[in-house]
Amino acid sequence: MEYFVQQLVNGLTLGSIYGLIAIGYTMVYGIIGMINFAHGDIFMIGSFSALIVIIGLGALGMGAAGAIIIVALIGAMLIAAVYGWALERVAYRPLRGSFRLAALISAIGMSIFLQNYVQLAQGARVKPLQPMVEGGFVLMQKGEFTVTMSYMQILIIVVTFVLMAGFSLLIAKTPIGRAQRACEQDMKMAALLGLNVNATISLTFVMGAALAAVAGMMFLLYYGVIDFFIGFLVGIKAFTAAVLGGIGSLPGAMLGGLLIGLIETFWSGYFTVEYKDVAAFAILVLVLIFRPSGLLGRPEVEKV
Amino acid sequence: MTVIAEQAKDSAIAGLVALALAVPIVGLRTESTSSGLAIDPRMLDALLVALAVGLGHFLINLARARSTTKRTVVTPKAEVARRIKFISNSLGWGALGFGVVLPFLPFSDRYIMDVATLVLTYVMLGWGLNIVVGLAGLLDLGYVAFYAVGAYSYALIAAHFDWSFWVCLPLAGLFAAFFGVILGFPVLRLRGDYLAIVTLGFGEIIRVVLLNWYQFTGGPDGLSRIPRPDFFGLPFSRTGDDAFHTFFGLDYSSMHRIIFLYYLIFILALVTNAFTLRIRKLPVGRAWEALREDEIASRALGINPTNTKLTAFAIGAMFGGFAGAFFATRQGFISPESFTFIESAVILAIVVLGGMGSQIGVVIAAVVLIGGTELFRELAEFRMLAFGGLMVAIMVWRPRGLLANREPTVTLGKKPGDSG
Repeated sequence: MEYFVQQLVNGLTLGSIYGLIAIGYTMVYGIIGMINFAHGDIFMIGSFSALIVIIGLGALGMGAAGAIIIVALIGAMLIAAVYGWALERVAYRPLRGSFRLAALISAIGMSIFLQNYVQLAQGARVKPLQPMVEGGFVLMQKGEFTVTMSYMQILIIVVTFVLMAGFSLLIAKTPIGRAQRACEQDMKMAALLGLNVNATISLTFVMGAALAAVAGMMFLLYYGVIDFFIGFLVGIKAFTAAVLGGIGSLPGAMLGGLLIGLIETFWSGYFTVEYKDVAAFAILVLVLIFRPSGLLGRPEVEKV
Repeated sequence: MTVIAEQAKDSAIAGLVALALAVPIVGLRTESTSSGLAIDPRMLDALLVALAVGLGHFLINLARARSTTKRTVVTPKAEVARRIKFISNSLGWGALGFGVVLPFLPFSDRYIMDVATLVLTYVMLGWGLNIVVGLAGLLDLGYVAFYAVGAYSYALIAAHFDWSFWVCLPLAGLFAAFFGVILGFPVLRLRGDYLAIVTLGFGEIIRVVLLNWYQFTGGPDGLSRIPRPDFFGLPFSRTGDDAFHTFFGLDYSSMHRIIFLYYLIFILALVTNAFTLRIRKLPVGRAWEALREDEIASRALGINPTNTKLTAFAIGAMFGGFAGAFFATRQGFISPESFTFIESAVILAIVVLGGMGSQIGVVIAAVVLIGGTELFRELAEFRMLAFGGLMVAIMVWRPRGLLANREPTVTLGKKPGDSG
């Protein structure tokens, strides 16, 4: 039981990170119908930006961990947002409206490019970071085994849920969100009604990138070590999460992220660590066979 | 003049954005020191990146403006189609002839032959994947899984049973096709991007299994001492009465095997090509293309989509398996490192960059991507950077691929190319 609760806490933490990234995938997919393959690399860039800001502030003599984290979070979101904007502008906008594989190949090319760019600029070695948030609660205790929830895990889960809530409100209530939903439903009609479609799509990329940067920073603080290659596997799992939850649906992305995180941790906790990725993909295949549009997705209507 | 001024302004903005992008990531490099990470400022590099982007932006725009003002005569579509067909045909025959004589050209040393063999391996993989992506329209992001299955089944069968290459090759293809059916059966009902992500997941699963099933696959160490192929029973050894060079009365040369391997993959690739060209004219090939164009209409006409897609998947996988077996015998050593997602991406890029469904386009894309990046081998670090950039650039420049002309295989009445 104790072991189970500990795994549950760990799984929720990991799942929150996946969920934040999955939102970026699901929004972009919802609005322009393409897999933004380079999104995982934006997450990686966000992670690196946070690292650079943290190290830089440390070098400037800033001591308070709380202030550093807040500044780094904002810095990482800004830098990643500019990358997200540039990504859309360079690699996807010229291909909008042309056939779908072109955009996918362009995205894969961009992903390879960004990985090697960061590898060249920042070096191929792993980057370790001293833990910044230490300590935690003891939730349960039984004999030798204690179930702990670290402050870091609380921070991740709280930040994720606050962002999720704020984000859902943004999409549901504000003019920006309305514009996005309009573009998602019918881009041409939205343009005819005077919406600036290009700006809306750019904004979607910027928001997705900023959320991915938050996830990147949480990843950095939680694991304490990053390299230029982290974006690939985390990105694929986050996309898997988006598909699992039903692509195009925001709550679905969050749910999918949590599920993938939980599956992965429970699998490594009870079975084998080596095959945790296999477990995540196997669940994906199973879900897609029985619910082809994901858990919360709307079924696709076939029209002639 | 004002146009140029405006372009210069655009380029300056592009350069400024690049500067904003480069300052944090390029300009502030984190370096490990004895007391943890420290920042190593490299603002000059960041400035250079921004300058290069601004200048590149300006030059590209200049070239683009010139080409659009020059293009006043609009060539009719049929004319374009005929021209592309002519270019494809002449390029195809030219490439075929060049491929045959390449080993005997004066400049063909060991290095050139190795690169040519590598390019041909990718050409074969590209043609194999073209059946799945180009003809049947199924997006497969895990093609490398079948390549891996072929390579490992060849390595294991050849090592355990001591059978010859020519027995193991078809078996490797069969195994790969079998895996194609196993994967395809549950997932082929999915559409488009769902299929893409599931195949990607399958590719990763195969790699993870290869990495962890230590007793069977050797795990991360891979399999070594894979038997080399022989020339119909004549091994390429230095000594022995039945060695290739003694049988033909030649002096021993290590190039014999390399040239043999080159011709082997050349023939395998040509078989793939011939097979594709023929099967396009068979009912099942027509059904693939019909499904690609309109699944609902094909279903209404009585085509079973799952079975039809399954055949495409299995046949594509089989050619991937053949290529894998060739890869294993050529390298003599395989490990899961060779079968990462990046390989799938490269193969898919070759198919799409060449122009989907175009056979000669695959060749050109393979030569450009594989041979081109091979030229930059000295700039090892920049090689993959250039590779990614090239993929984006070609797609933005020609979204439908280098030789893009999707011509219907069957038309009512005259072909559109004939009318002009």
